[in-house]
Amino acid sequence: MADLFEDYRLGPGWDEMFAEPAVPRPSYETLYATLQALSSADLGLRSEVLQRAFLDQGITFALKGVERPFPLDIVPRVITAAEWAHVEAGVAQRIQALEMFLADVYGPATVLSDGIVPRRVVVTSAHFHREAAGINPANGVRIHVAGVDLIRDEQGAFRVLEDNVRTPSGVSYVIENRRAISHVLPEVLASTRIRPVDSYPAQLLAALRAAAPAGVSDPTVVVLTPGVHNSAYFEHTLLAREMGVELVEGRDLLCAANEVSMRTTAGEKRVDVIYRRIDDDFLDPVHFRADSMIGVAGLLNAARCGKVTIANAVGNGVADDKLLYTYVPDLIRYYLAQEPILPNVTAYRLEDNPDVLEYALGRMDSLVFKPVDGSGGAGIVIGSRASEEVLEKLRARITVDPRGWIAQEEVALSMVPTLIGNRLRGRHVDLRPFAVNDGVAVKVLPGGLTRVALPEGELVVNSSQGGGSKDTWVLAEATDPSEPSPQHPRGAAIPQPRKPDPGPGTGEVVAQQQQQQQQTVGEAPC
Amino acid sequence: MLSRIAESLYWIGRYAERAEGTARILDVHVHGMLQDPWVDQEEACRSLLKVMGVTTDATQVSTLQVVSLLGLEQASPSSVVGALAAARENARGARETISTEMWECLNATWLGLPAARIRIEQQGMHAFFGWVRERCSLLNGLTEATMSRDDGWLFLMLGRSIERADMTARLLSTHADAGGSIQSWLSLLRSCGAWETFLRTYRGALTDRHAAEFLLLDRLFPRSAFAALSAAESCLDELEQATGPRAGVATDAHRIIGRARTDLEFRGVDELLSNLSSVLSTVERACSRANTAITGRYFRATAAVTWAVA
Repeated sequence: MADLFEDYRLGPGWDEMFAEPAVPRPSYETLYATLQALSSADLGLRSEVLQRAFLDQGITFALKGVERPFPLDIVPRVITAAEWAHVEAGVAQRIQALEMFLADVYGPATVLSDGIVPRRVVVTSAHFHREAAGINPANGVRIHVAGVDLIRDEQGAFRVLEDNVRTPSGVSYVIENRRAISHVLPEVLASTRIRPVDSYPAQLLAALRAAAPAGVSDPTVVVLTPGVHNSAYFEHTLLAREMGVELVEGRDLLCAANEVSMRTTAGEKRVDVIYRRIDDDFLDPVHFRADSMIGVAGLLNAARCGKVTIANAVGNGVADDKLLYTYVPDLIRYYLAQEPILPNVTAYRLEDNPDVLEYALGRMDSLVFKPVDGSGGAGIVIGSRASEEVLEKLRARITVDPRGWIAQEEVALSMVPTLIGNRLRGRHVDLRPFAVNDGVAVKVLPGGLTRVALPEGELVVNSSQGGGSKDTWVLAEATDPSEPSPQHPRGAAIPQPRKPDPGPGTGEVVAQQQQQQQQTVGEAPC
Repeated sequence: MLSRIAESLYWIGRYAERAEGTARILDVHVHGMLQDPWVDQEEACRSLLKVMGVTTDATQVSTLQVVSLLGLEQASPSSVVGALAAARENARGARETISTEMWECLNATWLGLPAARIRIEQQGMHAFFGWVRERCSLLNGLTEATMSRDDGWLFLMLGRSIERADMTARLLSTHADAGGSIQSWLSLLRSCGAWETFLRTYRGALTDRHAAEFLLLDRLFPRSAFAALSAAESCLDELEQATGPRAGVATDAHRIIGRARTDLEFRGVDELLSNLSSVLSTVERACSRANTAITGRYFRATAAVTWAVA
């Protein structure tokens, strides 16, 4: 019956389920045992139910204006408690350093005068906005939400691929994936202790409320979306719904006398915190793109006056610039006096030093080249897979604009079994944990989005490039004090539950009556 | 509540009711064509299209064409399929406000629309219209069960009631246009799901007078024009309750609907019957004027603002 794993090949890269062929790692034992007992038809059926549920619930992302379901693979990915503790600490550390960096570059800029990061790296970043200088958020937080993309290298060690501190998306799939998987794989979930992920909206809301302008005791939070045609619109609705706040579009808001309010059926209502899912460029036509029809004119000045909080803050893009990425380990040492917990992928700055540029261009076929301000996997060139022609063109572009690109060593991403057709096959995955900063601590959601590249051997996992996702299970410690189980208060007498009241026609008398009716004499039987 | 969301909810109410109402009307029409051997098909089809406000250039109109235009035309928000798609699109923009179950119902219905034609071919039109009625009833049930009775609910109910008054008026117009035989009253009452209630109320006496009275004026049957207008009126009243004026009513919409309702209420059945077409068109016009007034009052211009020419 074990036909699911037939011809399953390990590698290239770290296989997360198997240490060697047909021998699962301890964390995957339960899952492996369950899957092995299933025939491929069984699993296929469950997978179909899964996809159908996603379609009916409209869990989609829009690609070029067309709604598509986000493919969810039925085999979850498992991360042990120890591994997670490491990731959690590393992500929190990184976000703390980036938070301090942002406060610094939009303030005193000591990091530049101390020569840790060259001034030109910051001021040439496309996302460094002078307009954001001098906007001081109420509780000092600029990165309310962050998503850090991690991969596991050939030895299984987690490394940071890139940071996202503008408007990272994908957390809705983390929540929905878990819901859906718990419906189709109940037996594994029941026998494994997995840390829950559904507290995220509450955490986010708490962080947003904590960021409200000073003096507002009961802040009104809204989620600002570009509209139904945005690729992440589903996520915007989910977050607004689960936080119980309004989902607004730019046209619902208006800004007068530096106060932002929304148009409601009962007149205008003041807004204090805006969790915006609109890019900086479109946010405020007064300061940025004047042709933006989805922004709110005057928003930035309102934020500067401290009348409204924009989350994430404007100008955060300078911290997730891919060139700045190469400086993050230095930033951690500079601001926190700590060694980075999660290492970067080895990367080369092409603009610094002509020797490095020459070295990188000399071995283009073993490196990965990324445009510094791209996102969603756009523009990435993987040297070992690109044709000569593409590499030639790239070489010309990089020579002209070395600031625009970085080079990273190619890493064979780790692999997890994935249902392809009716067999399980190893496919490359990455991991995006989500962190929320409420000004007191950086909390990392135990789970995160695992994206999987569905074509064989493919390394780019972005959903916009045809990737799917997996539910990510972080195993709980045997006794996890952070999530206590609810207990009834001792001493309080719990009243005995009663049976529901019966309707008429169920008692003994009625039964007798029925019997008699059936036995009525005198009527001729037919 | 956000004006944009209020508008979406109002239109979810309208479109869902429109889909159901149109499906009911079409079902009756198709059934009538089959049952009555003397009916002039061409004429009946044309009059139905006219009543539903659809114009066509075709010289020959068949029942199939009517079903195609009023039932399956995807681009038109007055067809069954188009209205369901429009309801879903509105729900998509208000997804964080309506319950997940309502959304899932509308979305799953929308996903089932491409199969509508196939359903008709395989199972007949009656099965398709039945499916539409079922989906709309499911939505109504879920709305009833999961929405709190706040302003959002009022807007949804308002949309539904106005559309219902309009649909009942149109349904009655099809009857008036078809010459008003007793047979057609019967199918009309059936299409509203009112046949049994009617029989019980009037003890089986099916006359012009009774049928018109029932569908126009009955206080207890929710699909009568009077009941639908009253429901709309009470929604409008509740919306303004906090700031209601001391005298009269607060909004134009309320005034329009209230007058249409009293116009029906305080006229005798004979008077209504003698002038049925004009009474019905007054109701239809009142619905459309109320719609304009509601839009102006509650859904203040929230169109996107352009600041510069790109």
